Amino acid sequence: MKKAILYLQDGTTFSGQSLKVTGESAGEFVFNTAMAGYQEVLTDPSYTGQIVVMTYPLIGNYGVNEEDVESKKIHVKGFVVKEFCRRHSNFRSTQSLIDYLNDNKILAVEGVDTRALTRHLRLFGVMKGMISTEDFDPKSLAKKLAAVPDMVGYDLVKDVTTDKKYVWPAKGPMKFRVAAIDCGIKFNILRILAELGREVHVFPATAKLEEILAVKPDGLFLSNGPGDPAVVTYVIDTVRKSFGKLPIFGICLGHQILGLALGGQTYKLKFGHHGANHPVMDKLANRIGITSQNHGFCVDLKSLNANDVEITHVNLNDNTVEGLRHKKFPMFSIQYHPESAPGPTDAQYLFGRFIESMGKFKK
Amino acid sequence: MPKRTDIKKILLIGSGPIVIGQACEFDYSGTQACKALKEEGFEIVLCNSNPATIMTDPEIADHTYIEPLTPDFVEQIIKKERPDSILPTLGGQTALNIAMQLSERGVLKTYNVRMIGATYDVIKKAEDRECFKAACLKIGLDVPRSAFAHTVEEAVKAAKEIGFPLIIRPSYTLGGTGGGIARNLEELERVASLGIESSMIREVIVEESIEGWKEFELEVMRDNKDNVVIVCSIENLDPMGVHTGDSITVAPAQTLTDREYQAMRNASLALIREIGVETGGSNIQFATDPRNGRMVVIEMNPRVSRSSALASKATGFPIAKFAAKLAVGYSLDEIRNDITRETPASFEPTIDYVVVKAPRFTFEKFPEAKDILGVSMKSVGETMAIGRTFKEALQKALRGLEIGHTGLDNKQDFRQIPEEKIELRLREPNASRIFYVKYALQKGWSIEKVAEISRIDPWFIAHIAQIIDLEKELLKSYHDEKNITPELLRKAKENGFSDAQLAEFMNTKEATVRALRKELGITATFKVVDTCAAEFEAYTPYFYSTYETEDEAVLENARLDKEAKGQRKKIMILGGGPNRIGQGIEFDYCCCHAAFALKDLGYETIMVNSNPETVSTDYDTSDRLYFEPLTFEDVMNIYEVEKPDGVIVQFGGQTPLNLARRLHEAKVPIVGTTVDSIDLAENRKLFAAFIEKLGLSQPENGSAMTTKEAVDIATRIGYPVLARPSFVLGGRAMRIIYDKESLLSFIEEAHDVSRGNPILIDKFIEEAMEVDVDALCDGEKTHVTGIMEHIENAGIHSGDSACVLPPHTLSEEIIARIKEYTNQIALGLKVVGLLNIQYAIKGGKIFVLEVNPRASRTVPFVSKATGFPIAKIAAQIMVGKKLPTFALPQMDDLKHVSVKESVLPFSRFSGVDIVLGPEMKSTGEVMGIDLSFGAAFAKSQAAANSALPKTGTIFISVNEFDKRNIVFLAKRLVDLKFKLVATKGTAKVLRSSGVPVEEVDKHGEGKNNLLTLIKRNEINLIINTPSGKRSQSDMRAIRAAAIMHNVPCITTLQGAEAAANGIESSLAKEFTIQSLQEYYKQKRNEPCAV
Repeated sequence: MKKAILYLQDGTTFSGQSLKVTGESAGEFVFNTAMAGYQEVLTDPSYTGQIVVMTYPLIGNYGVNEEDVESKKIHVKGFVVKEFCRRHSNFRSTQSLIDYLNDNKILAVEGVDTRALTRHLRLFGVMKGMISTEDFDPKSLAKKLAAVPDMVGYDLVKDVTTDKKYVWPAKGPMKFRVAAIDCGIKFNILRILAELGREVHVFPATAKLEEILAVKPDGLFLSNGPGDPAVVTYVIDTVRKSFGKLPIFGICLGHQILGLALGGQTYKLKFGHHGANHPVMDKLANRIGITSQNHGFCVDLKSLNANDVEITHVNLNDNTVEGLRHKKFPMFSIQYHPESAPGPTDAQYLFGRFIESMGKFKK
Repeated sequence: MPKRTDIKKILLIGSGPIVIGQACEFDYSGTQACKALKEEGFEIVLCNSNPATIMTDPEIADHTYIEPLTPDFVEQIIKKERPDSILPTLGGQTALNIAMQLSERGVLKTYNVRMIGATYDVIKKAEDRECFKAACLKIGLDVPRSAFAHTVEEAVKAAKEIGFPLIIRPSYTLGGTGGGIARNLEELERVASLGIESSMIREVIVEESIEGWKEFELEVMRDNKDNVVIVCSIENLDPMGVHTGDSITVAPAQTLTDREYQAMRNASLALIREIGVETGGSNIQFATDPRNGRMVVIEMNPRVSRSSALASKATGFPIAKFAAKLAVGYSLDEIRNDITRETPASFEPTIDYVVVKAPRFTFEKFPEAKDILGVSMKSVGETMAIGRTFKEALQKALRGLEIGHTGLDNKQDFRQIPEEKIELRLREPNASRIFYVKYALQKGWSIEKVAEISRIDPWFIAHIAQIIDLEKELLKSYHDEKNITPELLRKAKENGFSDAQLAEFMNTKEATVRALRKELGITATFKVVDTCAAEFEAYTPYFYSTYETEDEAVLENARLDKEAKGQRKKIMILGGGPNRIGQGIEFDYCCCHAAFALKDLGYETIMVNSNPETVSTDYDTSDRLYFEPLTFEDVMNIYEVEKPDGVIVQFGGQTPLNLARRLHEAKVPIVGTTVDSIDLAENRKLFAAFIEKLGLSQPENGSAMTTKEAVDIATRIGYPVLARPSFVLGGRAMRIIYDKESLLSFIEEAHDVSRGNPILIDKFIEEAMEVDVDALCDGEKTHVTGIMEHIENAGIHSGDSACVLPPHTLSEEIIARIKEYTNQIALGLKVVGLLNIQYAIKGGKIFVLEVNPRASRTVPFVSKATGFPIAKIAAQIMVGKKLPTFALPQMDDLKHVSVKESVLPFSRFSGVDIVLGPEMKSTGEVMGIDLSFGAAFAKSQAAANSALPKTGTIFISVNEFDKRNIVFLAKRLVDLKFKLVATKGTAKVLRSSGVPVEEVDKHGEGKNNLLTLIKRNEINLIINTPSGKRSQSDMRAIRAAAIMHNVPCITTLQGAEAAANGIESSLAKEFTIQSLQEYYKQKRNEPCAV
């Protein structure tokens, strides 16, 4: 255990103790309000470039296991909690969280007044910050932090997208083939699609539309991912070109990309949505779902052409756009995470909608 | 969907008296519901028999009926009020059962009343074991596997399919006799054979035992648009096999991965839909196999419950309030979250702290009962604690229980406890098991070993091990370096150690630790409970303490200071902590009233309490709520942040009163009666001198510090004597003693109860009438608010005794003298606020038995009986208002009679004799109100679930003492067409006076044996007065049988006389069904139309 300092861009500091890994790490501080699902959070590529603060104080209670991962590695730049569990308990666990973090060389800090930190981020917005176990001098930390790029305008997709195209096989007989543009795709999306009889061809984000169409997909899936959607112009272009050619379903960053491709704009939320308890109204079904959320950017409602695009989902907490669909083409997208992991599975029916649209399109 | 327009008038049923398993959480839910529905403009008819509830305050509903919660009485109310709807899901199992009975009897149909929230079919489906199981299986959920067997061979076959261990339950037996657990084939053959024998249809259910599995609960809400949310998840520390109400529980669930939690959540959603609960809250219990995660559904309550009250307090999400709004048509997204104001109720609370609930047991009241826990609930109350870690919350909860522990402390030295005892106490669930987990670990047992024996999840045990490690560190640091570093001290505080615990390690006083801490800047900080883990701004200040960096209470107070420009007046009210026998809802009622009254006067009110069942811990009740243990340390922490202008200690019962002296010494401004006056009343010696100075009579008495002193006093004043430790509530360990031998053994036992305090010895005045008086005093003037005549003679604790208001046999002269004495005592004690005096009256002489310069248990009863809000006036007096500024009613103009009856928990404690005495045993009370004593008394009996028979056989057996007086009563009963049976002695007396009576045997197994008659339901009422010195053992068995078969059993002659009056009234059908509002109006003006 080593003393650790959390230094925020506005000069605020918090203190705690690091686990085995020491050193320095910088990123955008965000808080997540889910009470369980830390392993999914750690391995979610959408957290690339971010230091995640868990608001639930006891983390690590059920250890980690091999099944609850959302990608092949941990993506967070740092992990901040009130207390790490020293003795986990769960029949599925294969390792303790502490060992898992240490093995993956993650700078993790405990003993932090995470509620105060969360309140700070809520009041002043998410911001860059650093964790350091070596340098406690605010001036020097400020200097180091200045060199770290801002989230806005920074392409993080490059860092997480797959190098090469790969195929995630369908479970049972293959019914449809889906092409997915990987901007940092979560495994649970692939697991669900596979479960529903989809064979998923996962493409690097830089893939050209021709390459994608070459596998003769029945639908195009735009994945979640980290960072500012506006700078991922190469994906936006690909998507725009595919309009009318394939049914499209986008999740999270994929939703924002679809919004941008449709001529809309995105903006950064003050402190984002990161948790598993946000109510979303599905305006088509007139039903509320409790959703899993993880996004810092949002599609601007006013920027979309109401003649082409319809808002299908709205966040009931702050009335932000949570889903849209195209009025002519079979294209729709969702800002939150129907694949959950972690969080409620209320919205998994949306995968069904995607499949329906593929079915119809094929006819 | 907006509010339904087809609903105008709603009947809400409360849950009746406080009993084990159904406590004041239903006052909390019912009050919330009434307020929420009234706010929407509905006309509310309320029925509850419990006068100590906030919901029965006349301003809460439009028509308030304090009537027995029986289908007959509720039908009368329906007939009179003609509500169009009934909301049965907010008054516990009682309300649900009554609604079901009314439906089955066709009453709802006759009067065109519909059930809202949950319908008959839904309730049936959820409550009927077989229906529920079928529903679970239908939607693919797992339940414990089971099969029926009619022969041992069939049972063996079933066992092979299901696997051991198994629970064998015979079908159709009384009280579950003949069942058992089978762990192997041999046991199975034995248990199954016995079970089949004892079943009336020779059938047993062979069920998979899930004892020891992990237990979880989810609180679910659904609206009429089929939106469903989970409010809270709860994990039980005690695994399956211990009733949830008796388990230590934790929120949120700790050891579930998101995947497992979501599976449970999905199951809950599917179940509430399949069962068809239209709107409102439900709670669903699950068990999971710790080896493989297999999840089975245990049960579901299609209504708000104790757990939902806990979940509301744990999250800040007011389940009952929202359930009421959903029932009248709103959907979740149409309801705003009060706490954030911005966001709708259609979300799932997320919390950034850990909540621990710990049950409060009262086994000390029932020394014959074992403190072993099982599937039948035994605890009488609970406390909840909030911390940033489990360790902190657990330690706070344990000190909040007020059972003499300062946390997970070392009250017992583990070295003194034999290993076998530890093993047994771990294996067999019991009231103090959590401490034995600690002792075992201290002995060096591994976490795995403790987990294996206790079946408690290692996660919990590991945290206890961490507490021990920290203790070791503290001890080592203190011994090696004679110093505890600031870092270590802070760490200890973060882990929930109290100053008192730390003082023990540091060999010093609590005050020294506190001073040291403050010097080092290690002080408590307060955080907000906000439903959303700080994601949104919170507007409803509900705080808990922890040791962190930011203090939100300080921030909030700074904001309010700025807003008010320093013009703030604040009063802090200390609540009563967990319910227990002797201190329950009555005191919480007073605390709530203080908050309401002071708010009206423009004060900011600050409530401190640790009991999640209460209305006082509803964040709507006060301006700021601190959910904290009521210890000196915790109260001082709040005091130092809030700096209130005054602190009220006289409303929360003995809990805050016990803190009064120390708070006063710490310069906390206690308003109302001074601490010195409280001490004067509590200190027997000073008090005796005080009464003497006033020239009033009191039983001869003395206080003894040693055994010899005690014996000397008793010899001087003569037996029988009433002996008790000082500073106790509810007559704890109080006993009538008839000889020296008993006195000696009493002193030995009492030692622990009243450490360092004297034992008080009073002459016991036999055959005296007891009177309870409640009064208000502003230091200058006194106003008697109620005089209650006890039904039973002095010697039975006033909390257990039935009483009537106004007194029905006292002469005007005696009443005038009582008022005068009360005035003298109140002024002499300089009471500012409330006081309660118990008098004994014998032969025209009035003795002062006891004076309590504080709110008494009878305050709500008197308030309800007279329509005069005593506690509210008292609170205003405490902040300086004078009595003459209030319109004070005279008690003499009451046209109605109110009877209070107590409700006893004997059926929960097998082996305990049901005889009443000076130690309080009742858990709750009911009130009967009517125009005559007989009718009011009969109602009180019906409300207490021991309705008097109108016909049938009455068994009489009285002691020598009562034999003279029984004859007249027996004649009356014969005139009322009852058949009398009696034991030999009593029968002889009756026959010799010409009263027809049949003799029965007390002993043996014969046909004419009393026990047989009781078992065959051939006895409808038992009048049995035990002999003074010791109750006979054979009568004990009879009283126990009476409880089993629910035969009303009266143990005093006075009670029997009152019963005769009640029976007469019942037979004459002279019951009046009138709302409190009507009674009060009638009192002031002339009779109002009924």
